[in-house]
Amino acid sequence: MVAATGLLGLNATALAARLAAREVSAREVIDVYLDRIAAVDGVVAEGEVWSAKPAGELTPDEPHAYLAVTAAAARAHADDIDARRAAGHTLGPLAGVPLALKDVLTMRGAPTTCGSRMLEGWVPPYDATVTERLRAADVIVLGKTNMDEFAMGSSTENSAFGATRNPWDLDRVPGGSSGGSATAVAGLLAPLAIGTDTGGSIRQPAALTGLVGAKPTYGTMSRYGLVAFASSLDQAGPFARSVEDAARLQSVTWGHDPRDATSVPGEVPDLLAHLTDGVDGMRIGVVRELQGEGYEPGVEAVFAAALDRLSDLGADIVEVSLPHAGYGLPAYYLIAPSEASSNLARFDGVRYGLRVDAATAEEMNAATRAAGFGPEVKRRIMIGTHALSSGYFDAYYLQASKVRSLIAEDFRTAFTGVDALVSPTSPSVAFRLGDKTADPIAMYLNDVATVPASLAGIPALSLPGGLAAAPDQEGSALPVGVQVMAPLKRDDVMYRVAHALEQATGFPALPTGQRAVTIEEDS
Amino acid sequence: MALSEEEVRHVARLARLALTDDEVAALAPQLSAILGYAEQVGQVAADDVEPTTHPFALADVTRPDTSAPSLSREQLLAGAPAVEQHRFAVPRIVAEEG
Repeated sequence: MVAATGLLGLNATALAARLAAREVSAREVIDVYLDRIAAVDGVVAEGEVWSAKPAGELTPDEPHAYLAVTAAAARAHADDIDARRAAGHTLGPLAGVPLALKDVLTMRGAPTTCGSRMLEGWVPPYDATVTERLRAADVIVLGKTNMDEFAMGSSTENSAFGATRNPWDLDRVPGGSSGGSATAVAGLLAPLAIGTDTGGSIRQPAALTGLVGAKPTYGTMSRYGLVAFASSLDQAGPFARSVEDAARLQSVTWGHDPRDATSVPGEVPDLLAHLTDGVDGMRIGVVRELQGEGYEPGVEAVFAAALDRLSDLGADIVEVSLPHAGYGLPAYYLIAPSEASSNLARFDGVRYGLRVDAATAEEMNAATRAAGFGPEVKRRIMIGTHALSSGYFDAYYLQASKVRSLIAEDFRTAFTGVDALVSPTSPSVAFRLGDKTADPIAMYLNDVATVPASLAGIPALSLPGGLAAAPDQEGSALPVGVQVMAPLKRDDVMYRVAHALEQATGFPALPTGQRAVTIEEDS
Repeated sequence: MALSEEEVRHVARLARLALTDDEVAALAPQLSAILGYAEQVGQVAADDVEPTTHPFALADVTRPDTSAPSLSREQLLAGAPAVEQHRFAVPRIVAEEG
């Protein structure tokens, strides 16, 4: 393996600086990335929109980050940016930087599948607000990334189009549900990506692939054009190779959107103004309930080292209790499937996507949904439908929503004494493909540390804390994530803490290991 | 709680999912295990707690009542599996009178 020393090795902030100085053109950057995607990802590089190979034709060396690559549109956008820059126009801070977009956000001119046969071939007639804002910022979308079907999963193995592989070890999962976006950035197939996080679907894959991934405060990233899974939890957010890159990407995409009724009105904080101010004198809480039993020793060791670094940087580390955090996962696995069962009722074979013909409308609905949805989506629809059905609503959805209030109150109480909270992001390092597919609850336990912040709506981020061996492979070295949580709308505090820890950590930027994705020298 | 296969079939009908017998047989123990796990929420005393559905408790979000461009009928129908006379086409919903 050779380290990338050229454009591919640059993070987004560095790449944007090279572009602004006109040392490289947006078109050159796009072509370098398109060439790499064509060479390694497992796509058929033909036509205006390239498609991923069918699952059965992918090799174990192909990471399969992308479902579709919008090659022609990306080149045209790059040429347009270069022309405007040459004409002396002032462009945005990330202008010309390529990005991979999770296939749950709509973009005109390319299919949006949500990783499902249900929407295979559907081309949305409108752009998501996030997509629109990326274009307004002249961030160039390279393509749409693979994901667990309808964002339900923690490994990206639930995609109807085949699993995505982890660039650090192609025999392991990248986490999920935004595994395609994570693998795109970690595998040098894009410098930035957008994912979505309902219970950890950005943070957990960021942790497993050695990236920074953030779930912004609920209601600050528009859900317009984000195909709904659990509406009260879904948030889009950034994947990047540095904290500053992630903060910059969030800065150009977040803020109030009148087209999303759950969008929070009012200003959002400046994420860059105090990014580098450090943590000296800050109080940082360690969540007692988000460690110990169930967490791998390697994960705990990396987390302990992160606490030492924060302490060395002058932060006051205190233990904090969130008494109801342990009920977060069971509450989540009632709330999210309940909302999903309602949201996914729209896939009825009438307005978009698949239809399986039958004599009556009801039979057509049921046959279409049976053919279009995969096993995990069916499981969650069933759980949700049962939890919302007559006689069960109070005991399940209502009780879970009350527990949610108690968890939010736990966080409010904790934040009266500390500026930010930290925990491991995921209880394990990346596991092998197939290891957890037979046991739904084992898969759900991946989200144990990420779900509490989701339920409370607070901003939470994962950054790389170091490497640890997988319990099933002596001598392996896989990324471990550290989660930073901050009060509602204090995403600026979250990034500031993460930036200080990142600078003190010195995490290896590129995947290493025998089965790591191929990285070759580029110019 | 344990869900019987009959209850799984009932829920599948509510959810408009035409499950196979094999799927029903596989789902009954899986759903029972997941619900058994999720039922832990019942251990929390929360009778006097208000439920949360949005962390900011937004109410009555409004926008100015003005018209703006929207998608055309053709654009919206373009992704539909079946269209007739500029409308979504569906199989018969009401049974024919005998």
